[in-house]
Amino acid sequence: MRYGLLVKGAPYSSQASHSALRFAAALVARGHRLKCVFFYHDGVYNAARLAAPPQDEPHLYDAWRSLHDEHGTQLQVCIAAALRRALLDSREAERHGKSGHSVEPPFELTGLGQLIDLGREVDRLVTFAP
Amino acid sequence: MSSTVNFSGDLLVILRHAPHGSSWLREGLDAALVAAAFGQSVSLLFQSDGVLALAKGQGVGPLGQKGTATTLDMLAMYDIESLYLDPEALERFGLGEQDLLLPAAALDAASLPRLIAGHRLVLTF
Repeated sequence: MRYGLLVKGAPYSSQASHSALRFAAALVARGHRLKCVFFYHDGVYNAARLAAPPQDEPHLYDAWRSLHDEHGTQLQVCIAAALRRALLDSREAERHGKSGHSVEPPFELTGLGQLIDLGREVDRLVTFAP
Repeated sequence: MSSTVNFSGDLLVILRHAPHGSSWLREGLDAALVAAAFGQSVSLLFQSDGVLALAKGQGVGPLGQKGTATTLDMLAMYDIESLYLDPEALERFGLGEQDLLLPAAALDAASLPRLIAGHRLVLTF
């Protein structure tokens, strides 16, 4: 089956990201296709490129990246939720006159319309919320 | 009411949080509006603290938030007209139909599974 995930919990603050990543690993291990992970609400913090967790803890940011690299899963971030929370890619940083950016590929800032499209395209959209 | 109400649609958004205290309600309504703008038929279910979203006389609050009452006014413009609420939650807050900004159909617990099953996608906020 084709799956999409909706992640609404911030990394390390709640179980949402950890559970979503485990679910993602189980999906692909069983031969399902994970098309996209969409980050909304505080879930957008998963896209913060500067995350530096202690070495003996799961590196959630790197885990999302691996999901993209190994399985082609798209990592989409709601732009309206992201900009409010200081998550800007280089284009948005320039547009808003900020000196640095906090989001980079494979994470993409995108609109909520993409979430609605995802819901239409996949067989199952599963939410992970705090 | 169950036999007369159309329980089907593309997207059901379940709203369970009050205005102002968090961004859940606003972000849930945003998802509903975007889906409607994309031509999807959208239903809303106000549950738990979410029924407070429908209360009349909301200010924008001292916290610098825009609030969600104005968004509710826009629902009809987006053709979002299937509104449901949990009557027990409404009663818990001492509210009645006359206290609401918009009419929403009372949905008894027994009909809830049918409402959910009637929508292809369900998002909960």
